[in-house]
Amino acid sequence: MSGHSTIHYKNPVVRWIDTRLPIISTMQSNAVDYPTPKNLNYFWTFGGILTLFLGIQIITGIVLAMHYTAQVDMAFNSVEQIMRDVNYGWLLRYMHANGASFFFIAVYIHIFRGLYYGSYKAPRELLWMIGVVILLIMMATAFMGYVLPWGQMSFWGATVITNLFSAIPLVGTPIVEWLWGGFAVGNPTLNRFYALHYLLPFVLAAVVFLHIWALHVPGNNNPTGVEVKSDKDTVPFHPYYTVKDFFAIIVFLVFYAAFVFYMPNYLGHTDNYIPANPLVTPAHIVPEWYFLPFYAILRAIPDKLGGVIAMFGAIAVLFILPWLDTSRVKSAAFRPLYRQFFWILVIVCIGLGYLGAKPPEGGYVIASRILTAYYFLHFLVILPLLGIFERTKPLPASISESVLAKHGHGGGASAAAAAASAPESRG
Amino acid sequence: MAHAHTDTQEPTRRDFLYIATGAVTAVGAVAVAWPFIDQMNPDASVQALASIEVDISSIEVGQSLTVMWRGKPVFIRHRTEQEIEEAEAFPVEDLPDPLARNANLPAEDTATDANRAHGRGESRPEWLLMVGVCTHLGCVPLGEQGDYDGWFCPCHGSHYDSAGRIRKGPAPRNLDVPVYEFVSDTLVRVG
Repeated sequence: MSGHSTIHYKNPVVRWIDTRLPIISTMQSNAVDYPTPKNLNYFWTFGGILTLFLGIQIITGIVLAMHYTAQVDMAFNSVEQIMRDVNYGWLLRYMHANGASFFFIAVYIHIFRGLYYGSYKAPRELLWMIGVVILLIMMATAFMGYVLPWGQMSFWGATVITNLFSAIPLVGTPIVEWLWGGFAVGNPTLNRFYALHYLLPFVLAAVVFLHIWALHVPGNNNPTGVEVKSDKDTVPFHPYYTVKDFFAIIVFLVFYAAFVFYMPNYLGHTDNYIPANPLVTPAHIVPEWYFLPFYAILRAIPDKLGGVIAMFGAIAVLFILPWLDTSRVKSAAFRPLYRQFFWILVIVCIGLGYLGAKPPEGGYVIASRILTAYYFLHFLVILPLLGIFERTKPLPASISESVLAKHGHGGGASAAAAAASAPESRG
Repeated sequence: MAHAHTDTQEPTRRDFLYIATGAVTAVGAVAVAWPFIDQMNPDASVQALASIEVDISSIEVGQSLTVMWRGKPVFIRHRTEQEIEEAEAFPVEDLPDPLARNANLPAEDTATDANRAHGRGESRPEWLLMVGVCTHLGCVPLGEQGDYDGWFCPCHGSHYDSAGRIRKGPAPRNLDVPVYEFVSDTLVRVG
């Protein structure tokens, strides 16, 4: 991504290409020699896992598109034809449907990794904000993809979610009819959702490129949150992290394959195997699991517009997170209070997901209101105050020092420094 | 040359050209963007389905018919005396949404039972016509259910009474009454 390469290749063909388009040297400095903090744990492998899943979704999606028909009278049957008639159609569709779920599992772990280790703080604010944009595009893509099989949950999910925009004062109804291309969800809606569902993953790929670019300017954060200070703190990306990422990918794919082959419909909803019927609403509409926490926030607010604002606000608050967290210490390893609040937030988010799947009545509503209030409290009140009141633990002088403190039995000259810093960096 | 210093504050012909070029470009960009935005609005074939005629001769008192109009269900209910009395008895000022939401009447009319069961032309209070789309998030409410002898939306628990007015739950408005007119004793035109 730099202008002119300083790497000189002996091979004349490679040199000829690289002096005209420095793609080979760019790859070498960003994916091979790229200096990476040497203390990254397995939570740092999810970036690679996510890139792989974007690839899986695009490849399985393109082949599914060769058999799918985006027309209200034929869409449901074309999906059934993929399942029954198309060679390996069942495999491709189950890979794509479960691929979306595992994409979201990976992205949520990736996001909470960033929250725990303060990866959103200077100088990585823009990297984080591009990540939030990626999350939004992923959500839009997944939502439109779920509409395509044209089952009951597709139809009514699309109806409920597009109706969110009708809460906007004055222009709400025209906007919703513009989204639908009609007076209800119908054939024009299905067609445009299909076109956008095909387009957005490529937009996603472009934004992922920006995300990696913005990552490679400051370099990776790491579990200590202490910036890289010398060459001693880093190792080349290849082979150290290519191997680590590859191993993590294999383990993650084992879980993915278990779902694809042994419980492919576990994460879906049975009602989506009933063809869409605009006259009958299913008794209990639930979105896919990865939207449940946001759905719980939507329903927690007793006012329609208020609920919509809260739901979008739950993501919007992430955009300004770098400025809400006032602490100068990045990693939760050195922030004893933040670490506890982090885990409370994790439990609150899982709790909201549980409540999003429950009917909106009685104790469930009260519980969602409490958890919704806490979610916003965490970001808007607790984080700004923690930076002022929290007593953080002393930081190690460098990544190298903290690594040697943990594994420093043969540390030689640095043994003394390692021993000195050991009590702080433990646990 | 000498005047170059003095009239730097004055707009020059070049400034005028910059602004004029920019303005024309902006207008042109909007003009080109509009077809790409407007193509997503309901097209002519969708608009053409904007009016339907329904035979209501077979709907007995206490029965309902659901028809499709503009891709949405329309409830046509032949109401019982009891349902009309219940709806008339409830004071309008206590309703969560006091407006009639009737496309046949002025927007500021109140949600009395008479204003709810009112089409174009002559009024027939035993007939209630409504768009069967919950004003919360667009589900189809179930008939003859809920706490008020009317409709109940299973999605998020909104209760509508026997005049289709919201009484309890998250829905912000009464069910919409579409434009309709009795063409004859047995035929109603919706839209």
